Amino acid sequence: MSKRLKGRKITLHDMCLRDGMHAKREQISVEQMVKIATALDDAGVPYLQVTHGAGLGGNSLQHGFALASNEEYINAVASRMKQAVVSVLLLPGLGTMNELKSAYREGARSVHVATHCTEANTSPQHIACARELGMDTTGFLMMSHLNDAKGLAEQGKLMESYGAQTVYITDSAGFMLPDDVTERITALREVLDPKTEIGFHGHHNLGMGIANSIAAIEAGATRIDASVAGMGAGAGNTPMEVFVAVAERMGATTGTDLFRLMDIAEDIIVPMMDQPVRVDRDSLTLGYAGVYSTFLLHAKKAGERYGVPARDILVELGRKKMIGGQEDMIQDTAMTMAKERGLLKSVSL
Amino acid sequence: MKKIKCALIGSGNIGTDLIYKVRRSEVLEPVWMVGIDPDSEGLQRARDMGLKTTHEGVDGLLPHVLEDGIQIAFDATSAYVHAENSRKLNELGVLMIDLTPAAIGPLCVPPVNLSEQAAKKVMNVNMISCAGQATIPIVNAVSQIQTVEYAEIIASLSSLSIGPGTRANLDEFTFTTSNAIEKVGGAKKGKALAIINPADPPMIMRNTIYCLTEGEPDEEAITHSILSMIEQVQKYVPGYRLVNGPVFDGNKVSVFLEVAGLGDYLPTYAGNLDIMTAAATRTAEMFAEEMIAGKFTPQTVEVSA
Repeated sequence: MSKRLKGRKITLHDMCLRDGMHAKREQISVEQMVKIATALDDAGVPYLQVTHGAGLGGNSLQHGFALASNEEYINAVASRMKQAVVSVLLLPGLGTMNELKSAYREGARSVHVATHCTEANTSPQHIACARELGMDTTGFLMMSHLNDAKGLAEQGKLMESYGAQTVYITDSAGFMLPDDVTERITALREVLDPKTEIGFHGHHNLGMGIANSIAAIEAGATRIDASVAGMGAGAGNTPMEVFVAVAERMGATTGTDLFRLMDIAEDIIVPMMDQPVRVDRDSLTLGYAGVYSTFLLHAKKAGERYGVPARDILVELGRKKMIGGQEDMIQDTAMTMAKERGLLKSVSL
Repeated sequence: MKKIKCALIGSGNIGTDLIYKVRRSEVLEPVWMVGIDPDSEGLQRARDMGLKTTHEGVDGLLPHVLEDGIQIAFDATSAYVHAENSRKLNELGVLMIDLTPAAIGPLCVPPVNLSEQAAKKVMNVNMISCAGQATIPIVNAVSQIQTVEYAEIIASLSSLSIGPGTRANLDEFTFTTSNAIEKVGGAKKGKALAIINPADPPMIMRNTIYCLTEGEPDEEAITHSILSMIEQVQKYVPGYRLVNGPVFDGNKVSVFLEVAGLGDYLPTYAGNLDIMTAAATRTAEMFAEEMIAGKFTPQTVEVSA
């Protein structure tokens, strides 16, 4: 039973230099990125994502400004990789093909083209552009808990038709349970071309990162996004070193060096965290209410400013079905709640 | 009163909503609707509402332009098709109101620069994008008071209101809107973000505008300017409403808006349709008034091959 992934090869994709940027309010320096990336490269991690937390085009008042441009981060990291492929995140509506081409020029060779889980048809030009550049191209269906298995299969099939070589089920809110993952990956596997790979990107808000990723592999996924020490938005991503240990125990191979990964987590990543990336009452609320993990720190900030508890704001955002990219609605919602509670007045002529 | 005869090109969400807006006008009359799919709902509605229709694209309209006296055409197709549509119709002396992101002609946001554009008597004006129409008035209201170093806008749109053309060409939407934030809004640098939200029931169009002013913002003057601009927009889009703000943080000004539509073609959540079609109609009316007054006769435009 414990060896039930025997012979399975899993392709790992590290997220701590992209999703982890959210947990660091985009404040990871180029030097820190290079240090972490070269350590991951030495540990045998085949793919690592490097950009602003919101991806290409992410530097903005909406999503915060990083310490360096995406081009600077990508160039500094890509030029030092021995075997790892540098990837980027691109959300159509935020990033454009121009930014994708410039990321490619700086050395990015893989991309997650991300849309909300029902809006795959906003990605055809970006996926086609990535393929034309010769990049390893993934269609990334965010907030996948908000669509059912059949709907996700249709959306994944669309992305495949635009040229995506891999389709991801992305649990942006850390809301899914293993059965949800099994059902969705199975449905996707049934409709996609056998040559198209399937991936899973988890968040650990309900502590399900590892279990969900294993469920994904068992249902046919071959790629897993994970973060060393789990550094990512919300309660973080699937912690990579833990996942590797579990996968090995189950007989799968990842081509990575577990002890090196543990050391990176302990010696580099954990000491640089501004706050422990863990399940606490606010990140647990994300997972419980199905809210986009990146909203966490924004909600805490708005909560402090307007005197409305972050948890109340997050629950309201979940009720209003706000999705990734709508960070402006956090301050707006906090202000509206503060007015309702008599803590803030409206402006008039 | 004499009305200027109009053709509506494109039978998607925007083109269909335009029928209602143009029909309500005192100076415009919708005569033709052009599509490419004979079974499209837009063409069916147009026929039901008494318009002549063709499903053969602009080429199906051209033979009728002169005999039916068409003087203004609204193009709600795509940036790629627009250039050719505009060339063919301009040759016949038809003024183009461009609702695609093609932006061949000058950019127009009615409360900001409509009278200026109408005075230039151009043959093609561009309406930018729904997000542009909703947010640029606010950027401009701030830049009237103080230099805006950077303006960023976020438009949240309900999934049901976004047709296949916009979806397949999101980059064009981004580029055209960002550019117009600078050119018309007056910001030194502009950035536009779009989010398509599938929530059910559908969310009303939301827009957030951030401006970074040069130096400390004059809170009172900026607030006053924004509130009066909102009143200007409300004249043609009654559902344009301030939800929160303006909020001042250092030199950042944040404004949170909601745009509810009139519920003509799509329900009221699709304020993005209304702000685009209402702005286009308002623009066409301004030109039509000049035409009726004999101050502007659209010229046939010779375009060299």
